[in-house]
Amino acid sequence: MASVIELHVNGVRHRVETDAERTLLSVLRDDLGLTGCKYGCGEGQCGACTVLLDGKAVRSCITLVGNAEGKPITTIEGLGKDGRLHPLQQAFLDVGALQCGYCTPGMILAGVALLGRVPDPAPEEIARSLEGNICRCGTYTRIVQAVRQAAEAMKGGAR
Amino acid sequence: MNRQPFTETFPEPERYELFEEPRYQFDLDRRDFLKVLGGGILVCLLAEETPAQQPPGRGFGGARPQDISAWLHISEEGKVTVYTGKVEVGQNIRTSLSQVVAEELRLPVDSVRLVMADTDLTPFDAGTFGSRTTPDMAVQLRRVAAAAREVLLDLAAEQGKVERGTLTAADGKVTHPPSGRSWEYGQLTRGQKLTKTVGAGVPLTPPERWKVAGTSVPKVDGRALVTGKHQFASDVQRPGMLYGKVLRPPAFGATLVSADTKEAEAMAGVVVVRDGSFVGVAAPNEYLAEKALAAIRAEWKTEPQPSDRELFDLLKKTAGAGGGGGGGRGGGGSQGSVEKGLAEADRKVQATYTIAYIAHAPLEPRAAVAEWKDGKLTVWTGTQRPFGIRSDLVRAFGLPQERVRVIVPDTGSGYGGKHTNDAATEAARLAKAAGKPVKVVWTREEEFTWAYFRPAGVIEVTGGVRKDGTITAWEFHNYNSGGSAIRTPYAIANQRTTFHSSRAPLRQGSYRALAATANHFARESHMDDLAHAVGMDPLEFRLKNLKDARLRAVLEAAARQFGWGKSKPAPGHGFGLAGGTEKGSYVATCAEVETDRSGGVKVVRLVTAFECGAILNPDHLKNQVEGAVVMGLGGALFEAIRFANGKILNPRFSRYRVPRFSDVPILETVLLDRKDLPSAGAGETPIVAVAPAIGNAIFQATGIRLRSMPMVPNGLKG
Repeated sequence: MASVIELHVNGVRHRVETDAERTLLSVLRDDLGLTGCKYGCGEGQCGACTVLLDGKAVRSCITLVGNAEGKPITTIEGLGKDGRLHPLQQAFLDVGALQCGYCTPGMILAGVALLGRVPDPAPEEIARSLEGNICRCGTYTRIVQAVRQAAEAMKGGAR
Repeated sequence: MNRQPFTETFPEPERYELFEEPRYQFDLDRRDFLKVLGGGILVCLLAEETPAQQPPGRGFGGARPQDISAWLHISEEGKVTVYTGKVEVGQNIRTSLSQVVAEELRLPVDSVRLVMADTDLTPFDAGTFGSRTTPDMAVQLRRVAAAAREVLLDLAAEQGKVERGTLTAADGKVTHPPSGRSWEYGQLTRGQKLTKTVGAGVPLTPPERWKVAGTSVPKVDGRALVTGKHQFASDVQRPGMLYGKVLRPPAFGATLVSADTKEAEAMAGVVVVRDGSFVGVAAPNEYLAEKALAAIRAEWKTEPQPSDRELFDLLKKTAGAGGGGGGGRGGGGSQGSVEKGLAEADRKVQATYTIAYIAHAPLEPRAAVAEWKDGKLTVWTGTQRPFGIRSDLVRAFGLPQERVRVIVPDTGSGYGGKHTNDAATEAARLAKAAGKPVKVVWTREEEFTWAYFRPAGVIEVTGGVRKDGTITAWEFHNYNSGGSAIRTPYAIANQRTTFHSSRAPLRQGSYRALAATANHFARESHMDDLAHAVGMDPLEFRLKNLKDARLRAVLEAAARQFGWGKSKPAPGHGFGLAGGTEKGSYVATCAEVETDRSGGVKVVRLVTAFECGAILNPDHLKNQVEGAVVMGLGGALFEAIRFANGKILNPRFSRYRVPRFSDVPILETVLLDRKDLPSAGAGETPIVAVAPAIGNAIFQATGIRLRSMPMVPNGLKG
């Protein structure tokens, strides 16, 4: 049944009139127009829908919107600041860690969550941490490199 | 036989090679086109005559019967826009095609804009498949850009009243060195309304002189992808848009007996469509659409269907019964006498290989947004065949062609899996009934079930070899998986190769490299067996029987990088290699695997050498090679579609395993740049040697020869 839910997305408060049983993914994409998070599987197995909820990477396709109420949500659209890319976004471009780019927003957000937790992760740790994110184009090796590059860049305090 | 609920198509084993359709013409005449684009100059390239010339349609501008394959516009401000019917699905052709245009126009890459895959704006194109973009479209765009540069030189000579031969084009300008004068392109095109049609005779800048092409230009649209700004078809939103869902049969071949839609119809905002066997709903959001769909009570009549357990018997038993598609198109042939060759052999090896059905599982499932406006249908969808989808829509709705527009935003991958897109027709049917735009995005389960699969196959091989390592006989039969790369590249005097088209139990179609993967798996595993039978090193054995210099070169390059023959594998480890050629490019892969006592297999390292003529973008090529290798790992080791009684048993990522981070070994790529050879496509062929290289390494480590793909879905003891 429809109710009014308050979502805090990328620093902006939105009041959304919707069914609390809907997924966070669907509300972000269809109601708020934040289409950077993607549908890939609907069962939390591929990571294309990853967003940050309270700084943690969550699968928005299996998160009910009602459970995200009032908590800070970051989507790929909110990652850069003042037109500048987040170091991990920049690293994806520098390393060429994408092909079709459909998994990219979810990969980047999963990587950002990891870097928030572990500022200087070893390649094995990056791979382990991102295991739940699928890149069908197979750019995994480059994604690990990109997270490493961002970790190095962020050591200098670049966020 | 399984069909989609309301399409007529039956996919052939190698659908794209068999698919033909009439070529269509650009709907506007030249003046109209310039009216749309504004002034400037327009250069069109005539399509080359091909032996299989399709019926000509209306001529370009109503005047000429020929087809136009590419066009390029330079506006009065000097902005360069190129139009191509090709689709970007992650293979980075938006970048490589921009590079070749920039090269011929002597411009930086970011000065070139590519309009791709919009049936109202771009020239007809059969589809983005078969690794044809680089050998065909890149050459066409080079021509059209080179011709445009010549037009600019003409204009400068005219405006500057100088000898044309004294002018040069460089850095986005035409300059006249004797006087030091120069003209920006926009100065030359201002006030012009010029069109020029050119043929194949335009001279091109040779690869040795490339400055922009041949370099690792970064992905031109990369920023839009890392920021989430790029809109895939599934991201498109239209005012008032509804979300659609389609009722699927419970099994392949099921027919709808009855459907009670009353409850769904009673739901607020829900539109229900019943048209023949098509039943679908549209609702203001996806959740309501799902609820409405679930409220439909349908009764289906099902028929018994084969299961994966009898798959390979079925393919053998029904050989020759494959119907229209595939049969006789397998690229087989024979020479010498296999019987005589076998009689001359010291050792014979005979074996059967099997290949399971696998799914493409593109991360963006099939999706479409359809909108009807003033009798015209516009559909945004992700597909490798934009004009093919337009034909589907023209047929489905009985519309004249000019009333259907298909726009393909850069798409969330394809791998040969998006030649069809029924979501387009579904969205259009729902939108027609709803009177509003409708989006249909297939669920992962729908994508796994109702798209199509890489064909399963059975391959029987017999080889004979003399003690000195000369292969004397080779017989190769492929049942159902297809004819790509079915002929051995080795020099064998006596050989017979046949493709048998079978009755396929699942809907099957194209896939990255098609059957070249299956055929290379069987061939290169068997080559390893023959080498082993005469006690020869696998590399030495291959080179002894190989005349093709390009294939020899990649085998040697991969071996060198790998350190082949330089060391012995550690206990439990094994080394293997394999090579091959398809679609004009050459690949060799060396593998190291580690096995353990519990039956576990880990691929430790894969070294791939690849050669596809003159390289357009080394880093993007490397990325394609790495991606193909990783994708190949899945089919080699664990991917398999399981099915029974008309149902896919593992239609989710939780049940169908695809390669993930932990599966990826050390990857090393060696690129051989042959500037003296035409550029060939690269998205497919690097996948073909992965499985046999790994299988050969497992054999070296364990003495176990695995002849089924996937090789170790449950480890070595599975």
